[in-house]
Amino acid sequence: MSNTSAAMNTSTNGNQPKLSGPLAKASAATYEYLDDRTGLSAGLRRNLRKVFPDHWSFMLGEIALWSFVVVLLTGVFLTFFYVPSATEVVYNGSYVPLKGVMISEAYASTLNISFDVRGGLLIRQIHHWAALLFVVAIVVHLLRVFFTGAFRRPRELNWVIGVGILTLALLAGFTGYSLPDDLLSGTGLRIAGGILQSIPVVGTWGVFLLFDGEFPGTAWIPRFFVAHVLLVPGLLLALITAHLLLVFYQKHTQYPGPKRTNENVVGYPLMPVYMAKAGGFFFIVFGITTLMSALVTINPIWLYGPYMPDQVTSGAQPDWYIGWLEGALRMMPPIEWTIFGYTISWNILVPSVIMPGIVMTLLALYPFIEAWVTGDKREHNILQRPRNAPTRTGLGVMALTFYVILWANGGNDIIALAFNWSINSVTTLMRVLLFVLPPIAFVITKRICLGLQRRDRDKLLHGIETGRILRLPSGEFVEVHAPVDPDEVAVLLSKEEVLPLPMPPKRDANGVRTPGYAIKALRARMSNWWYRDDVPVVTLNELESGHHHAQEQVEIAGTYGVEPTVSEEVTAGHR
Amino acid sequence: MIKRPFAAAMARRRHPLAPLLVIVVALLGIAAVYAVVNAATAKAATSASETMVTKGSKLFAEGCASCHGLNAEGSSDGPSLVGAGAASVHFQVATGRMPLAAPGAQAMRKPPIYTEEEIQALAAYVATFGPGPAIPSAAQIDGWKTADIARGGELFRVNCAQCHHAAGSGGALTNGKYAPSLMKASPLEIYEAMLTGPQSMPVFGDASLPMEEKQQIIAYIEEMKRNNNPGGLSLGRLGPVTEGLFIWTIGLGAVIAAAVWIGAKVR
Ligand code: HEC
Ligand code: HEC
Ligand code: HEM
Repeated sequence: MSNTSAAMNTSTNGNQPKLSGPLAKASAATYEYLDDRTGLSAGLRRNLRKVFPDHWSFMLGEIALWSFVVVLLTGVFLTFFYVPSATEVVYNGSYVPLKGVMISEAYASTLNISFDVRGGLLIRQIHHWAALLFVVAIVVHLLRVFFTGAFRRPRELNWVIGVGILTLALLAGFTGYSLPDDLLSGTGLRIAGGILQSIPVVGTWGVFLLFDGEFPGTAWIPRFFVAHVLLVPGLLLALITAHLLLVFYQKHTQYPGPKRTNENVVGYPLMPVYMAKAGGFFFIVFGITTLMSALVTINPIWLYGPYMPDQVTSGAQPDWYIGWLEGALRMMPPIEWTIFGYTISWNILVPSVIMPGIVMTLLALYPFIEAWVTGDKREHNILQRPRNAPTRTGLGVMALTFYVILWANGGNDIIALAFNWSINSVTTLMRVLLFVLPPIAFVITKRICLGLQRRDRDKLLHGIETGRILRLPSGEFVEVHAPVDPDEVAVLLSKEEVLPLPMPPKRDANGVRTPGYAIKALRARMSNWWYRDDVPVVTLNELESGHHHAQEQVEIAGTYGVEPTVSEEVTAGHR
Repeated sequence: MIKRPFAAAMARRRHPLAPLLVIVVALLGIAAVYAVVNAATAKAATSASETMVTKGSKLFAEGCASCHGLNAEGSSDGPSLVGAGAASVHFQVATGRMPLAAPGAQAMRKPPIYTEEEIQALAAYVATFGPGPAIPSAAQIDGWKTADIARGGELFRVNCAQCHHAAGSGGALTNGKYAPSLMKASPLEIYEAMLTGPQSMPVFGDASLPMEEKQQIIAYIEEMKRNNNPGGLSLGRLGPVTEGLFIWTIGLGAVIAAAVWIGAKVR
């Protein structure tokens, strides 16, 4: 959407609340006040009148935003009491089972926050629960964007920024998880060190650089602290700001529906409705994380004890968002090569460096890959229903299946313990499933999408099956089809006609070879694969004849006392 | 077990070897005063332990011999118990592991089917087949009540946490075996487990963990049982996996419900 249309077709829902009453007066007063002092007037006013579409799934990104704010607020509190130091001290706080044990100041101060700082344990738990929720919300938000095609032009760049935010969120979580210096965080750090070390040529140097010598040493705590409270949150703030600005300038996408077009936005104005809702939502997210933290333990570091390089505990796991990497590592068979006296640890390199590298790269580049395959370079402001992009939806579910299996295997020991299975069988099963399930998931998902497309088409052409059978005077039996709700018709009609790219000619009319033929042909073939099986879009003609058919039925039904109503708007939503 | 040096000496001196007889006579002479003074009590103790053993042998023949053999020599269905010791029998039967219900990767803890007295009888009977760790005395066990909990925690993390989890909530081992949660084991059973090393668990003899250290470990486990989760619900103390499940179900569910609610409100 170009910015010239920013004047915006502020079409509003008919039943939008009237802006009167004290709230509207107060906001009008605020405008005036701001207007008088800043003279921003027109521009500001226009921006504040900007319309946001409304759907619960558009709140997912907001959940991520608000949980990030909660994490920032509680994190600042924690910095007042956390001591980023590996210096050994004798613990003398009020947690009896550790009294007199030599532990690092980092661990001691975290115990201190938990047991001797007023409200400290609650704040720690809010910080951690909100951090988990932050990443959950990012992932679910990403899935919403993916499956509705919201990443398509012009929003590819914002998708890439989003993947950057996700990566930084994982880094923030990992560095934070390490700070308390308890047995679990030390185990995680040890694994991270090992992964770094497995990278050929630079690995060993990298470890020495990170830890300032041999693992673990004492340098990592202040370094991780600075990364965790300054570097990573700073970068996150910058990216989140850019992300939101882009949403603001490009305007939000909207789901297909009545009166919604690629050129307008139907919804509520930013001020005051959307702002009030968003502001209120912050308090709801804060409230829910606080409630959760008051009732449910997270990361009881006192149970794990201090990190000692010679100790481990069973059930040592990372937080959920690192679980897929843990699972990959646990799944990989032990393969090592020795080349010219150098060891290449494929068992670490493949699951921890190569696989995540490929996954994150594919994720970041996905919008460009899809656009290349489909040849679709148009601007899209109307979201796609997942069923109307069956190949993408299939690929998404396939990737999700792959991820979930890796993730489940990260807890293979807990699964084995909980269900009394053998951990070896669980791991073997996961290895097989990792390669078998994703393709099956693709096929099934695509089938389901195509089935839904066919149902939509039938609905448009013949209306909704009512299950009521009528016998006509001629003796013929017909099923009564009720007409579809006009709002739904608008949704059903949102499916776009798209054609695969044509196969390029090998030579042109003059017999000159097409330059780049192989690539073009590959692209055409992939595009063909992408769109094949797609159920044809209902054409205007078909719709009209279908409509007449329905009309006849209605008339017949009417004479028998059945009263379906046909709204004139059945076709009104058609573009 | 009941100490009965006199009866034991009598039992061992059955063989009519002359030198030994001389010694026995000498010993009897030395012990004469003692014997006279304690005659009544010793006799009572002996017969009590003898009835224990006979009772145990009956119970064993009925409940255990099918797998372990009539003379505890073992069979294809169960290992030999010669030298297993009273502590092992007491642990296995008191925790309900024996008699084995069904073959599997590992015997499971379940409610015991014998009374404490019957278990003592079985233990006494199996102990007659060969020396093994005896059931720890009350004095050995009760020391945990005053033992250093924090020191016990350190010992626990070094010796036990890799299998039983730092909080004693249990963990999986290879091929369907597992180290169970320790939250149900009594101090006596914990002590016996360390002494006898059931199944895949190593034996922690007095050389590697002297009595005081065993008591400290027990003190730590007892503290873990008492520890009342200052942070709220414990989610099974299984660590980040259950925390992840929680945030993905209840946590996400709550915020999405709120989002839907807010979305619906203004409309
Ligand atoms: C169904 C067969 C079966 C029965 C009945 C049975 N056991 Fe066992 N027992 C086993 C097997 C198999 C093992 C070794 C595997 C294990 O401990 O899980 C075992 C192990 C033991 C051990 C541990 C041996 C060691 O070296 O640590 C003891 C002690 C024991 N049994 C005692 C008994 C007693 C006492 C009874 C009777 C109350 C009994 N068992 C009944 C099959 C049986
Ligand atoms: C190599 C792993 C391993 C280590 C180390 C280990 N255990 Fe165990 N432990 C086990 C296994 C396996 C069992 C279950 C044995 C069975 O069911 O026959 C067990 C059982 C027990 C039980 C019985 C629990 C019940 O409820 O019946 C106790 C108590 C126990 N262990 C205590 C300890 C203590 C204390 C230590 C440290 C001094 C320790 N264990 C170290 C593997 C281990
Ligand atoms: C950007 C997103 C952030 C994420 C995902 C995150 C995550 C985490 C996690 C998982 C922990 C471990 C907590 C525990 O269970 O003990 C942690 C600890 C900590 N975080 Fe953060 N954090 C973030 C931002 C911040 C910020 C901005 C600050 C400070 C300004 C901060 C300060 C701290 C401190 C001091 C600790 C260690 C103290 C303790 O563990 O109790 N964090 N963080």
